[in-house]
Amino acid sequence: MAIKYKGLSEINGSLIVLDNVEGAAYDEVASIRLSDGTTRTGRIVEIEGRRAVLQVFEGTNGLSLDNTVTGFTGKPLEMPLSEELLGRVFSGAGKPIDGLGDIYAEKFADVNGAPINPVSRSYPRNYINTGISSIDALMTLIRGQKLPIFSGSGLSHNKLAVQIVRQAKLAGDSSGGFAVVFAAMGVKNDVADYFRRSFEESGVLQRVVMFLNLSDDPIIERILTPKCALTAAEYLAFEKNMHILVVMTDMTSYGEALREFSSSKGEIPARKGYPGYLYSDLASLYERAGVIDSAEGSVTQIPILTMPNDDITHPIPDLTGYITEGQIVLDRSLEQKGVYPPVSVLPSLSRLMKDGIGQGYTREDHSDCANQLFAAYARVQDARSLASVIGEDELSATDKAYLEFGRLFEEHFLNQGFDEDRSIDETLDLGWTLLSALPRTALDRVSDEVLDEKYHPEKLREMLAARK
Amino acid sequence: MNTVYSINGPVVKVRDTKDFSMLEMVYVGNKGLVGEVIGVSDSETTIQVYEPTGGMYPGEPVKGTGAPVSVTLGPGIISNIFDGIERPLKSIAEQMGAFIYEGASMEQLDTKRRWDVTVRVKAGDRVQGGMIYASCPETGVIEHRCLIPPSLSGTVKRTAPNGKYTINDVVCVIDGDDGKEHELTLCQKWPIKTPRPFAERLPNSRPLITGQRIIDTILPIAKGGTAAIPGGFGTGKTMTQHQLAKWCDADIIIYIGCGERGNEMTQVLEEFSGLIDPRTDRPLTDRTVLIANTSNMPVAAREASIYTGVTLAEYYRDMGYHIAIMADSTSRWAEALREISGRLEEMPAEEGFPAYLPSRLAAFYERAGYVKTLSDTEGSVTIIGAVSPQGSDFSEPVTQNTKRFVRCFWALDKSLAYARHYPAINWNDSYSEYSDDLAEYYRANVGKDFLVYRQRIGSLLAAENKLMEIVKLIGADVLPDDQKLTLETARVIRVGFLQQNAYHKDDTYVPLEKQMAMMRAILHLYDQSLEAIQNGALFSSLEASGIFDTLVKMKYEIPNGDMHAFDVLDTRIEQAVRAAVQ
Repeated sequence: MAIKYKGLSEINGSLIVLDNVEGAAYDEVASIRLSDGTTRTGRIVEIEGRRAVLQVFEGTNGLSLDNTVTGFTGKPLEMPLSEELLGRVFSGAGKPIDGLGDIYAEKFADVNGAPINPVSRSYPRNYINTGISSIDALMTLIRGQKLPIFSGSGLSHNKLAVQIVRQAKLAGDSSGGFAVVFAAMGVKNDVADYFRRSFEESGVLQRVVMFLNLSDDPIIERILTPKCALTAAEYLAFEKNMHILVVMTDMTSYGEALREFSSSKGEIPARKGYPGYLYSDLASLYERAGVIDSAEGSVTQIPILTMPNDDITHPIPDLTGYITEGQIVLDRSLEQKGVYPPVSVLPSLSRLMKDGIGQGYTREDHSDCANQLFAAYARVQDARSLASVIGEDELSATDKAYLEFGRLFEEHFLNQGFDEDRSIDETLDLGWTLLSALPRTALDRVSDEVLDEKYHPEKLREMLAARK
Repeated sequence: MNTVYSINGPVVKVRDTKDFSMLEMVYVGNKGLVGEVIGVSDSETTIQVYEPTGGMYPGEPVKGTGAPVSVTLGPGIISNIFDGIERPLKSIAEQMGAFIYEGASMEQLDTKRRWDVTVRVKAGDRVQGGMIYASCPETGVIEHRCLIPPSLSGTVKRTAPNGKYTINDVVCVIDGDDGKEHELTLCQKWPIKTPRPFAERLPNSRPLITGQRIIDTILPIAKGGTAAIPGGFGTGKTMTQHQLAKWCDADIIIYIGCGERGNEMTQVLEEFSGLIDPRTDRPLTDRTVLIANTSNMPVAAREASIYTGVTLAEYYRDMGYHIAIMADSTSRWAEALREISGRLEEMPAEEGFPAYLPSRLAAFYERAGYVKTLSDTEGSVTIIGAVSPQGSDFSEPVTQNTKRFVRCFWALDKSLAYARHYPAINWNDSYSEYSDDLAEYYRANVGKDFLVYRQRIGSLLAAENKLMEIVKLIGADVLPDDQKLTLETARVIRVGFLQQNAYHKDDTYVPLEKQMAMMRAILHLYDQSLEAIQNGALFSSLEASGIFDTLVKMKYEIPNGDMHAFDVLDTRIEQAVRAAVQ
């Protein structure tokens, strides 16, 4: 019979302190029984001699210095794992909340995970076809990549995430081993419900594992949510050889929970009150994406974060961008123009794209097409800022052609229906057709041979006529 | 016995002991996790642990080793991949599988492999610190030279015959001047935070040739120099470092992935083993050492990884090699300092960084240099550090403090990266203080006009910068023809010269000779056109001739080494200008 400790010596925010503790390990889990019979779970975050500081997952509401009995489990926080996870709904701390009972565990795993040895990684190369032109052509998603969506409040990031989940196809593979792990951190009830309904309508719910920590749930659970979700994802990918797409929303709420926890612990803040270890902490989540050489499966992450005040230099998007392999940035002015998905092409990027596209993966002209679209669209911005000063009429013929190209590109390439699933061939052909709106000499990123084959202004005229 | 008293993340404290010395390496807990003493007072000793401390109990033992955290120096370093404290990652993978758990214990270098050793001293020889006593081929291109430890001098008592030995076999015994007998094997230990000694510093007068036009021509770096590459995410810091690691003319590359992405290290591993070094015809891995402490590996080991890398570099420098260190990224290292400092509850200076950040940065960059070694050869360590400024704001503490201690500043620019202009080094914000030091080398080895050309290219870019302010207000159409020519020439310089395609077989590495010929061609076109315009030719007809675009594409169309093609190009320029005049 393990020793139990009656009462507490201090309560501060979500932290409690116990004195005269013996035989408790750093990071160990404790169960705290209240006098009303309910139980809460806590974890040791600091030990000093016989004094232990614990964080309480469910919050410290109703706790007093003498109405608790605490016992230690001798284990770090573990998550029960088996293939039965699929189709189930869990709380942020990994407890089933769908009323279907406990998981019959095949094994238990520490939710903190362990870093993947860089020599055991396989470099990700196979692309995931999302059916969305802007992503497939310009910031291709690769299996094993972590590619976040940088958004703002009120933008259509949730809709985009649902469309990606629904349309995502693994190139060249059967989708037999494909599943989604969905982690909601501090999202509103109706947003969580929107995701659940969308998964249900598209018939993928049986392939989804959901971890829900809603905005009114305790923040300590929020800190655990992505850890539990990624533990489940790693198990399915590396032990059950499935291809897992992890959608995590909203990372900003996660960061804020971490800040709240850190400040209640009395830690020295770095930028904007966030703890100095925010980078390492985020990295310990994002780096759990990847492909290892001893398993068939893969973990691909799409974290979603809302940039406070649309500020990309805010610590959370900033540090995220330094860890993830690119980013998809959404833009409010495009959204206001009615473009869906409102992907801001220039700041968006996929770092793994260069090795996962081209012959054998997508199509051999893919990188030429993407480079030229990027370069041309960058010139569109120059032409627009010039036009806003001197007026459109005063522009040179080339600049006018760029303005026209910019308009067509946003209207026909970026813009696409929520149910529209474009193949990679359609997307690239569309890209070349739109580039034909520019004078041939302006296409300086591609060789003449490619232009001979792809530069056809008449196709553009046909397309525009047909779309009218 | 000393035991753990408190645990807070990577920081562990021991009470009431005087057994430990500052920076001593210790083994903490039942699993024997590696740690380092970072604070000593009469009541408690503070230790940072290089591995996760989850599951550790107060009361577990702490054992001192009596020596500071050290690396093993000997054959087997090159081509290897280590973590931040020189543990080979491949051995960890063999022991633990695809994930790294705490408590791995292993030799830093392979003790089983036998090296083909030539003993270079004989009984009776007088030896002193830094001299070579044995050598063996380490990879296809690097000969490993075993050096007498710097503090030792004496007479060789006996040696082993040439033959195959492991790193722990004794190959030479020395009667030291200190009256003791010293047995030398193929390896030795060296503490990572102590710089290795050398005879004297020499001036930095030779360039590190990188084959990257904007660097070699506009912003050169010297062998033994220091450079920083600051840039927000997505601007191509890592890509630039990869390019330098692949193509620069150092003998050995030490690539430190400090708190960066795991996939990037995998990429370096895969890509470098597939690439052939044009100078030696051997795979690039034959001259590369990787130190990988990715962002999710323990922060204390991240702090150590930088020192480990520079110590390995100094060791090879002492053998007479030229080494280039790529540190990606020094900001993550500074953040590791901040994280540990926060756990120690030290008083923070700017943005939570400790007040000793500048002195640590200075101590790191000062370990670069071009030196005369103790064995009277020349060697150099060049340090190229990436900086990841938070919020892409160059006024933040790490960028600002780094700027004070490096002499080359290659500022990466977001708007260039957005336009996919790579390398996205902004020529207006960047600088190199080595231009003057290297002038003599360029004049003597590349061409006497090289510096003149560089100067003129620089002024054209500056002129464009000034003209763009007008263009932004009133458009380019109203400019006089000679200014339009300046703008167009600057475009050719930007797109045709400064922009360089890392994926193109010729453009990825460009020899200095071709760099100079390209500058000459651009300036030739400018001079010819300017003369024509002054004689009444129209800029629009020059532009319509397409000759500017021909120059933009010369980087792809003229293969490296085909200098004759530039003479043909000159003729085409003259013809095009003449045709435009008529």
